[in-house]
Amino acid sequence: MLELSGVNSYYTKAHILRDLGFSVQAGQVVSLLGRNGAGKTTTLKSIMQLVKPRSGSISFEGQSLTALPPHRVAKLGLGYVPEDRRIFTDLTILENLEVGRQPARDGVYEWTIDVLFDLFPNLKERRQNRGKALSGGEQQMLSIARTLMGNPKLLLLDEPSEGIAPVIVEQLAETILKLKAEGLPVLLSEQNMHFARIVADRAVIVEGGSVKYDGTFEDLDAQPEIRDTYLSV
Amino acid sequence: MGLIVAQILTGLANAAALFLVASGLSLIFGVTRIVNFAHGSFYMLGAFIGYSLMQVLPGAIGFWSSVLLAGLLVGVIGVIVELCVLRPVYKAPELFQLVATFGVILVIQDLALMIWGAEDVLGPRAPGLKGIVRIMGEPVPKYDLALIAITPFVLFGLWYLISRTRVGILVRAATQDREMVGALGVNQAWLFTGVFFLGAALAGLGGAVQLPKGGADLLMDFNILAAIFVVVVIGGMGSLPGAYIAAVLISVLNVFGVAYLPQSTLVLMFVVMAVVLTIRPYGLLGREEVVGEHGQVGEPEQPIKPAGVKARIAVALLLLVLALLPLFGSKFATILATDIIIFCLFAASLHFLIGLGGLVSFGHAAFFGGGAYAAALLVSYVNAPMELAFLLAPLCAGMAAVIIGWLCIRLTGVYFAMLTLALAQLLWSLVFQWDEFTGGDDGMVDIWPAEWLSSTTAYFYFTMIVGIGGILFLRHVAHSPFGYALRASRDSARQAEATGINTKRVQWMAFSFAGAMAGVAGALFVFSKGSVFPVELEIARSFDGLIVVFLGGVKTLAGGVVGAAFLELVKDYLTRLEYWRLALGILIIIVVILAPNGIVGSIRKLAQRSGLVKNHYE
Ligand SMILES: Nc1ncnc2c1ncn2[C@@H]1O[C@H](COP(=O)(O)OP(=O)(O)O)[C@@H](O)[C@H]1O
Ligand SMILES: [Mg+2]
Repeated sequence: MLELSGVNSYYTKAHILRDLGFSVQAGQVVSLLGRNGAGKTTTLKSIMQLVKPRSGSISFEGQSLTALPPHRVAKLGLGYVPEDRRIFTDLTILENLEVGRQPARDGVYEWTIDVLFDLFPNLKERRQNRGKALSGGEQQMLSIARTLMGNPKLLLLDEPSEGIAPVIVEQLAETILKLKAEGLPVLLSEQNMHFARIVADRAVIVEGGSVKYDGTFEDLDAQPEIRDTYLSV
Repeated sequence: MGLIVAQILTGLANAAALFLVASGLSLIFGVTRIVNFAHGSFYMLGAFIGYSLMQVLPGAIGFWSSVLLAGLLVGVIGVIVELCVLRPVYKAPELFQLVATFGVILVIQDLALMIWGAEDVLGPRAPGLKGIVRIMGEPVPKYDLALIAITPFVLFGLWYLISRTRVGILVRAATQDREMVGALGVNQAWLFTGVFFLGAALAGLGGAVQLPKGGADLLMDFNILAAIFVVVVIGGMGSLPGAYIAAVLISVLNVFGVAYLPQSTLVLMFVVMAVVLTIRPYGLLGREEVVGEHGQVGEPEQPIKPAGVKARIAVALLLLVLALLPLFGSKFATILATDIIIFCLFAASLHFLIGLGGLVSFGHAAFFGGGAYAAALLVSYVNAPMELAFLLAPLCAGMAAVIIGWLCIRLTGVYFAMLTLALAQLLWSLVFQWDEFTGGDDGMVDIWPAEWLSSTTAYFYFTMIVGIGGILFLRHVAHSPFGYALRASRDSARQAEATGINTKRVQWMAFSFAGAMAGVAGALFVFSKGSVFPVELEIARSFDGLIVVFLGGVKTLAGGVVGAAFLELVKDYLTRLEYWRLALGILIIIVVILAPNGIVGSIRKLAQRSGLVKNHYE
């Protein structure tokens, strides 16, 4: 449902993504693996058009995204959860969720605040608290919940496990598996291979802004040299 | 007792319009990060449009519908401004948009002049509320009571909109991180337009609602500008209740000031502001500003470097032509060139502060006018020879900058800008109201240069040497270790601190230095004109400086000088036209849209793209 090919992205003059291409199929959880600075975040931002690729094509359900402003990309059903969470710290949890709310979409699971509170019970207790009162893990939950309020067809998660206590990471893995069970495909950017393989069907490894490996985890296990070259263990 | 109550009531009534206009400014700034200089113009339009409507709509219903309609119409005008002028420049570096809004001020001034004429308009009294009521024996206009009663409802309505509705939630979210709001599927462009509509409409309402008390005139745009900035800053950027409290505070104090200490009225609100900001740097109910946290656009800095050989030759040629000017040019041309050089030095000193220091001062005229007045006072009171006065003037301006800088440097971003504006305004009102010492409105005259500089040509060469020398000196400092430390403090205070730079002190020194250099320009100015008036210290003069710095290009060393020369030349030509403000305003807007990196920055970009000049990254 999401296809990237030959994508080149820049930060002014710095060439970051180099002919990057891969795809995500319906119902899949794909993990985008790579070291710090490999270009994972830039890839997700390029998909959202927060960074405008200079060349290449990115399409979602057959529609090209490259000429669209970010809000139109989101409206097409791409839900973006940024790396630094970027919750609205002066707004309450309920208000944060309200910002993410979008009308229901045909054939897509419709999230409600109650369902999200079942998924993230911590948020429910603190729903009148401001964003800045939350812990890192709770902010991550809120950021995901906020994006789910937009009833996305595909979720882009940027390093959700980064800087979060191990217990919470486990919860997070369960949550992603639940989302997958609801039929929501996920593109998950990760450095943490262990976390990725719990939830993901496929690994796409990037380094220096290009794809170095695209396949299953089993095949990857058979090629330890790839893992050792492109991922820090 | 009765009198005091009556005075408080008058103050509360005056606060109504002030609050309306200020809350609009605060909203627009909060979401779009645009310091909308044209906000006073929206207020003025509200008054004039309201007046015209009241001429045709009769009775009490007509009156109040006129007020509402005026608000709506000004809201629509705000939308037009947003769509045509601001939308093309949202991506420009921060604060650049204020140049565009300055262009809008000029356009609206002339349009208002065309439509309503130069005569002040007396506001109609509100039908049904014409009389007075006696409260504890004192007369209080009924209309005042109506205003006092209405304002809390407006406050409540706005508060409800902002804190309880989806639109309000989106507005607050966008205030913090507009890019993220966009990534969640909200069309920010629409949100910006909506906020502009609301903000402008509030200003228009403010203008219309004060008609029975104040009427309408062509000066009200600038007259209210300082006051609403003060209100917004005292209340705390983005806080509506804060703006209300501040509006009441300022208005009530003002009524008491007029009654008991008339010579204080101009200074009063700035004193209050300075006190509040010293105790609470982010206003009564404000929170710390985090500038450019997310969604910051604009390109990274190009490293500045000494001019290349070609550029040096070009500048040398230009200077040569300039030096020959008195030989072949008219006396008029020589005087114009003198004016331009002086203005260029002033702009270069402000550019040093803004471009290198990242310190956007809204009150730089304080040091230009300060230097001019210092020289004038020395000549008039201690009979100082011109040479001595000329040397001491920059020192006095520098001293003023040391003091003002000490107060302001602790703040950042808009708060810094506002406090510099307030303190500059304080200096202005001091000069303006201290008749016996400074001549007040009549200025100081007969401040002529020494015998050997008395001819136009001699003074031109003097100006050229001092002025161009000053500009080169500023450039030299920019390339010195101090210049590097200043830029390091601007770009990354934390890293600069880590390398042992005391960033605040570096900035304070830069502020003082820039002030002294502006003082040099001021001294040159006063002896070239033979007189000085309070207008040289005014906000408008500070804005002139800001406009040319941004117009020329903040991120290029030559920006201030080129912008200043451009504006002075264009002004000299345009002011011969009847509606020169309109022409100048439109010109500024066009330049802003075509050259979002400033004149120099955009020319350089063009040259880079066409391969004429090498890019630093390649
Ligand atoms: N705003 C930016 N400006 C310039 N370079 C950037 C910016 N953001 C990231 N980079 C650079 O782009 C490269 C890829 O970064 P990123 O996509 O964030 O990698 P990852 O998410 O895999 O850690 C890095 O070398 C990083 O330094
Ligand atoms: Mg990243």
